[in-house]
Amino acid sequence: MTERKTILDVKGLQTSFFTDDGEIPAVDNVNFHIREGEVLGIVGESGCGKSVTSLSIMGLVPSPPGKIKGGEILFQDKDLTKLSEKKMREIRGNDIAMIFQEPMTSLNPLFTIGNQLREAIKIHKKDWSKEQVQERAIEMMKLVGLPRPEGLMKEYPHQLSGGMRQRVMIAMALLCDPKVLIADEPTTALDVTIQSQILKLIKNLNERLNTAVLLITHDLGVVAETCERVVVMYSGKVVEEGPVHTIFNDPQHPYTKGLLESVPDMRFKKDRLYSIPGNVPKPGSVKTGCKFAARCEFAFDRCITESPELYQTAEDHQTRCFLFDPKEVQSHDRTIIES
Amino acid sequence: MTEPLLKVEGLKKYFPIKSGILGKVSNHVKAVDDVSFTVQEGETLGIVGESGCGKSTTGRMLMRLLEPTEGVVTFDGQELTSLSNSDMRKARRDIQMVFQDPYASLNPRHTIEKILMEPLNVHNIGDPKERKKKVHEFLEIVGLSSYHAKRYPHQFSGGQRQRIGIARALMTNPKLIIADEPVSALDVSIQAQVLNLMQDLQKELKLTYIFIAHDLGVVRHISDRVGVMYLGQMAELANTEDLYEKPLHPYTQALLAAVPVPDPDFVREEVIITGDVPSPANPPSGCRFHTRCPFKMDICSEVVPVFAEVEEGHSVACHLYEESRPQ
Repeated sequence: MTERKTILDVKGLQTSFFTDDGEIPAVDNVNFHIREGEVLGIVGESGCGKSVTSLSIMGLVPSPPGKIKGGEILFQDKDLTKLSEKKMREIRGNDIAMIFQEPMTSLNPLFTIGNQLREAIKIHKKDWSKEQVQERAIEMMKLVGLPRPEGLMKEYPHQLSGGMRQRVMIAMALLCDPKVLIADEPTTALDVTIQSQILKLIKNLNERLNTAVLLITHDLGVVAETCERVVVMYSGKVVEEGPVHTIFNDPQHPYTKGLLESVPDMRFKKDRLYSIPGNVPKPGSVKTGCKFAARCEFAFDRCITESPELYQTAEDHQTRCFLFDPKEVQSHDRTIIES
Repeated sequence: MTEPLLKVEGLKKYFPIKSGILGKVSNHVKAVDDVSFTVQEGETLGIVGESGCGKSTTGRMLMRLLEPTEGVVTFDGQELTSLSNSDMRKARRDIQMVFQDPYASLNPRHTIEKILMEPLNVHNIGDPKERKKKVHEFLEIVGLSSYHAKRYPHQFSGGQRQRIGIARALMTNPKLIIADEPVSALDVSIQAQVLNLMQDLQKELKLTYIFIAHDLGVVRHISDRVGVMYLGQMAELANTEDLYEKPLHPYTQALLAAVPVPDPDFVREEVIITGDVPSPANPPSGCRFHTRCPFKMDICSEVVPVFAEVEEGHSVACHLYEESRPQ
């Protein structure tokens, strides 16, 4: 595989929400990068900070109460966290586009599909003629596999099914050939047969247009099928990062392991599901130590007092767990030898 | 074969579509259209299907939370569909329901004790002291503690609330529990806890489940038999192993092929179905799946296929298997 350039680099991102109950660190020192033309998945359970991460990249964190406290988001040598709203607006849609979970709420019910597609083009391509705009809109609708684009242009969102609406959203996101497409749970609201159509479309467009995709989801099946690399998040932190094959075949963090084992597999029947004990902690409730320590069956003293960093466990694979700290590994070996 | 615990015959639910200022009924949404199945005592019947296929409507009609338009539901030898409202209320002591959204199905103003006591009050079970004891006992059974009784629903997480929902369903010692998407609002790690709990309870209390869900992995895990619904009709019904290993109906095949598998090396069998589910107000003629079916024949758009057994315990509604049927 040829080495691909990093296109988006998130470094030490910290996004907090300031509420009456104090500061809630939704995203706590998160690092990851997306390379040109790759599909990166961020997976995690509710409240792990995966959506806030994507909103931070787009500069869409509601403020107040939210605020990007620290870190950098580097895109083409620019730090997105430092850009003015005006500059950010040029990047949004043009270079980085986003699609959301619920296509019904992302489209305006009062305007036709054509109207909304044309508006999106006109904002970014001010010098285009009417015909050019119309042509581009129809071209994009064909690209995402919408039937009879001319007719659909005149219809309203409620006349379309969920899958078709999500296709319209994808068409709209890709109008300006963005370099990065952020898809936040794009298929969660859809039925499985429609979900597989939309995932195939995203994958297909990624290959044809070489658009990098950041796919945010809670569904491990979706990740396994579409992504090349995976970032696993837990309680605002990245706990494991690596290529999709090693994450699924050789998971290292106890959380990733537990998560994979607790998914009922459609292909065979397990007698009993493995389940991670306890509940997902509320963001900010675990102050010291590893956030997963309370639910982890391998936890030891150090996990409760100290916060682990990301340890390199293989090429391109990192894990936030003391079990992979070279020092621990050494001392562990020693205790085995001594005993 | 022993007499089934629950027998459903020709169940239908048509919702009228009213139009004009006079509210004239112009058409019907055929949410459930002629569904029949049985449930044996102690087993789990899974019902799967995509949104709008009528699986939840079916579940609600079994308890008569929705009145069926047509059809007969027989439970434990008693014909539920002909009972009066007050007799039906008594019958519900043996049939309880667990709902999808643990946030919406618990009254936020009541303590857990009050919520769990309610079914006992309604059915007049025990005296206040016994009721209280029973609440504490069932809280422990579902993996909570008796001190939780004084708390309010908002003080619990989603998984804990679903445990409370299950405890409430168990309070009257029912025989049958209808669980409508009980784990789809929960995170994966919590989902596994609740599924394990439901399986343990089934063994301990000899419960019968009807488990309605859209997640095919979850349904395979928990069910003994599975029914697949499409547009208000049962497309296929078989033992879990048979249904997942050799699905007969093209829709079941497509549905199984569409589920993303958590294994990047898995090569799926391609079953291509295009388009969306048609509107249940105006379903296609003949077989309802023919508009999306890759094996469509001429007969499919004209004649409604019969839902009948092809092999023992494996029923399907598809013209492809018409000949292989035992006469």
